[in-house]
Amino acid sequence: MKKLWYEFVKGIFRENPIFFIVLGLCPTLAVSTSVNNAIGMGLAATFVLVCSNAFISMIRNFIPDKIRIPCYIVVIAAFVSIVEMVMKAYAPALDRALGVYVPLIVVNCIILGRAEAFASKNTVVSSIADGLGMGLGFTLALLIISTIRETLGAGKLAGLSISNTFEPAIILSLAPGALLILGLIMGGIKWIKSSRL
Amino acid sequence: MDKILAIIIANLITNNYILFKFMGLCPFLGVSKETKPAISMGAAVIFVLILSCLMTWALYSYVLLPYHIEYMRTVVFILVIAASVQFIEMVILKISPALYKALGIYLPLITTNCVVLGVAVINTDDFFIAGKPIVGSFGYSILQALFAGLGFMLMLLLMSGIRERLELADVPESMDGLPIAFIIASIMGFAFMGFLGLKI
Repeated sequence: MKKLWYEFVKGIFRENPIFFIVLGLCPTLAVSTSVNNAIGMGLAATFVLVCSNAFISMIRNFIPDKIRIPCYIVVIAAFVSIVEMVMKAYAPALDRALGVYVPLIVVNCIILGRAEAFASKNTVVSSIADGLGMGLGFTLALLIISTIRETLGAGKLAGLSISNTFEPAIILSLAPGALLILGLIMGGIKWIKSSRL
Repeated sequence: MDKILAIIIANLITNNYILFKFMGLCPFLGVSKETKPAISMGAAVIFVLILSCLMTWALYSYVLLPYHIEYMRTVVFILVIAASVQFIEMVILKISPALYKALGIYLPLITTNCVVLGVAVINTDDFFIAGKPIVGSFGYSILQALFAGLGFMLMLLLMSGIRERLELADVPESMDGLPIAFIIASIMGFAFMGFLGLKI
């Protein structure tokens, strides 16, 4: 039980996929213009991560070692297609907002990375815990970036206006603003780490 | 003619895949430390892009659309891309072992480069209307692939040039490495936004 908790928590903080391992940047930067999009993308990626981790760990003994990467990619692509169809049917507005970045979850390095590094070697239950932790860590990182970008760049939070007098800096909700915010956050984390030691 | 020019300028500058769509950010940060590998990586990506675009366009319009299985798009495209990367790897190994050695690990990694899948998916969104290819759809797709690749190469080249000089600069310790690379990319993005006035 303690080990399971460890697998779950490590993805959220100590091995956070965005801030510490620096994987899966393309969806992070592209959809973090608003908190709603960020939550949608985070949950979609978490679902794919948990399902593909569980499935790959289930069939890990049947996959021939030489063609394991194509096998993983097919499994991941299947779950992404499920997400795509469900999103088109039940959340068409979110689907339009995320656009091409929904099919691009397939090439999100976090998912293939966890399949190769964790799910192919561990039991189903701990793979699910790992996938859930990594997925929530990804969602948390997206939430932090999108909160900063939406409040400062659009003057809104989750679509609601926060103040009448505040003049937002639109540059932050444009594409280069995302790179700037991520660079500053990563520099800040590095600074906190080095000043503690 | 206008449409061709619009595709060229959008893919190369105003809607660049790296700076404005964030696709292919991993090789952009990983391979951009020196100029030489940056050029070979760009060339390899252009090659894979064109080949996979040819195949995904043909598969989408002659197999997926007639049989109404468009929802298999993601699965089919990623398999085609993985296969074409593998194929190119074998061809390069046979034709020029020296080039194969120079590209090294970057070659198989092109499979998970978002640009390749991204361009294939965007092509099917842009150049097909209501399940039918528009006039000249095939040519536009290839053009988009070629200039998306050239735009990728351009950014890789600019970034590697800046980072080679950055080796000599005195960057604050906590900003060294990735953080400063992100900030440089964002400043490049701001600069390239100046081209947004370029409308055709």
